[in-house]
Amino acid sequence: MPKMKPEIGWRICLVILLAIGATVMILPYYWMFITSIKPPEEIHTYPPQFFVRHPTWQPYVDLFRLLPMGRSLFNSLFVATAVTLSNVVFCSLAGYAFSKLRFPGRDGMFFTLLASMMIPWQVNLIPGYLIVRSLGWLNTFWALIIPKLALPFGIFLCRQYIMSIPNDLIEAARIDGCTEFGIYRRVILPLITPALATLSIFTFLAQWNDFVWPLVVIHSSSMRTVPLTISVLNGQFGTNFAMVMAGAVVVTVPVIAIFLVFQRQFLKGVVLTTIRE
Amino acid sequence: MQRLNWHPIGYLFIAPAVVLFLVFVVVPIFASLFLSFTQYNVLHPPVWVGLANFLTIILQDPRFWKAFRNTIFYVLGVVPIGISLALLLAVALEELQRGKQFFKVLYFIPTVTSVVAISVVWKWLFAGEKFGLINSWLIRLGLEPIDWLLSPTWILPAIMIMSIWAGLGYNLVLFSAGLSTIPQTLYEAAKVDGAGWWTRFWHVTVPMLRPTLIFVVVTSVIASFQVFDQVYIMTSGTGEGVGGVLDSGLTLVAYLYDQGFQRFHMGYASAIGYLIFGCVLGLTLLNRRLLKSRD
Repeated sequence: MPKMKPEIGWRICLVILLAIGATVMILPYYWMFITSIKPPEEIHTYPPQFFVRHPTWQPYVDLFRLLPMGRSLFNSLFVATAVTLSNVVFCSLAGYAFSKLRFPGRDGMFFTLLASMMIPWQVNLIPGYLIVRSLGWLNTFWALIIPKLALPFGIFLCRQYIMSIPNDLIEAARIDGCTEFGIYRRVILPLITPALATLSIFTFLAQWNDFVWPLVVIHSSSMRTVPLTISVLNGQFGTNFAMVMAGAVVVTVPVIAIFLVFQRQFLKGVVLTTIRE
Repeated sequence: MQRLNWHPIGYLFIAPAVVLFLVFVVVPIFASLFLSFTQYNVLHPPVWVGLANFLTIILQDPRFWKAFRNTIFYVLGVVPIGISLALLLAVALEELQRGKQFFKVLYFIPTVTSVVAISVVWKWLFAGEKFGLINSWLIRLGLEPIDWLLSPTWILPAIMIMSIWAGLGYNLVLFSAGLSTIPQTLYEAAKVDGAGWWTRFWHVTVPMLRPTLIFVVVTSVIASFQVFDQVYIMTSGTGEGVGGVLDSGLTLVAYLYDQGFQRFHMGYASAIGYLIFGCVLGLTLLNRRLLKSRD
């Protein structure tokens, strides 16, 4: 049953609008892909062609030959995976402590953590860079991974979720002689799997797509992440559109695949993580 | 609270998170504040200059004000247009019997895509002369092609169009979730009272959607105020700095990056960072007040 039944004219307009919108959303992706398999002579043509007559994989070959794209893919994958795993562990641990364990200073610390999320990231960019630099971590995995090991967002998410677990469950485990770590492992973790799934997907994608932080702390070509390599590609080979689009395809396809597989959890997670405001 | 009930092991559980938080969030916030009162180029130790950075920025720095104006223009364009479109599409989506999820997923794809990838694609769409797809359409419509990325007039609108496109899906999904919580009976009642579609939209949907609307407006304003990635990519290759030709694409965060990481004026850039912080805080409070007072 439709919620508001507008006059039939309105309805047709709205559906046409949705269809136009959908086309506008898809078109840049189509254009990105079709350009990435076009030979040079088919790129600068007028009018632009929506189909390719002689498709070629050469732009992709160039991409991996002229730039360390393979290495960048590894770097991105490694960093995003490491950050995701550590966030799952550290944020759920902290989330458990912040919601169910009592100790002096707990709420004050949590409030500080929460308040820090209001501060725009640019404020931390320069000192963050200077700290990483003074530790000698520029151009290393340390710089990309260590500062992100336990992000406030994840702690917040886990705490919210664990709060909804009844205390009786935890008390019962305690009476049975379970240690606090045992409770965390055997009671809490199994119950918060959905939250951890959301956290993992969000963290992985955020790290995979992150641009500013790698831009600031990475300067050597072998340590670049994929977005950074595309940015360099855009600067150095900006006129070779096929190659730049091939780079965009490489960074985009994995995330779209992940998103399509987890679409329901993902869209639900988006709403869940915002609604508590 | 009894001492007996304390769980000191909690400190151990939060230790990794708290240590990281101290080193990479708390220390930087204060370090940044300190640096904003100094002159610091990384090579020599910081020199205390008092309020000089702030005074220079506010009184004698045309680039800062250019960036400020550009940012305001960007926010005023992207936020209202982006939100209206998202709301319109979300309402349209409610009319569908099936395929809601399909459209949501479709519109959401740019949200999960790297902004760098999106930016290079739009750079190609906006390419100059007649070779860019968008210009080829302009020509077909009988208009002059636009040199989007090199024109001081059009670079910012080009970035804005791209950002509106990229942000649609996120807001659409939030609006859609908000719309689904509005009880059907309200619409029935309004219909019984003879309210037309537009009246129902304006007097039932919008008021019921207020919490979502407030959230979306506040987050959109803050996020667009801090726009950087797309500016960095879309203005590069113009032969100029981060802001593009005549700084016409320069935004506040891009200016911070330019001062901090291209000129290594770390103290000056930190001061810009704190000014942005002040603006964001002010905007948040203003937003909340404006949206609350309209009852």
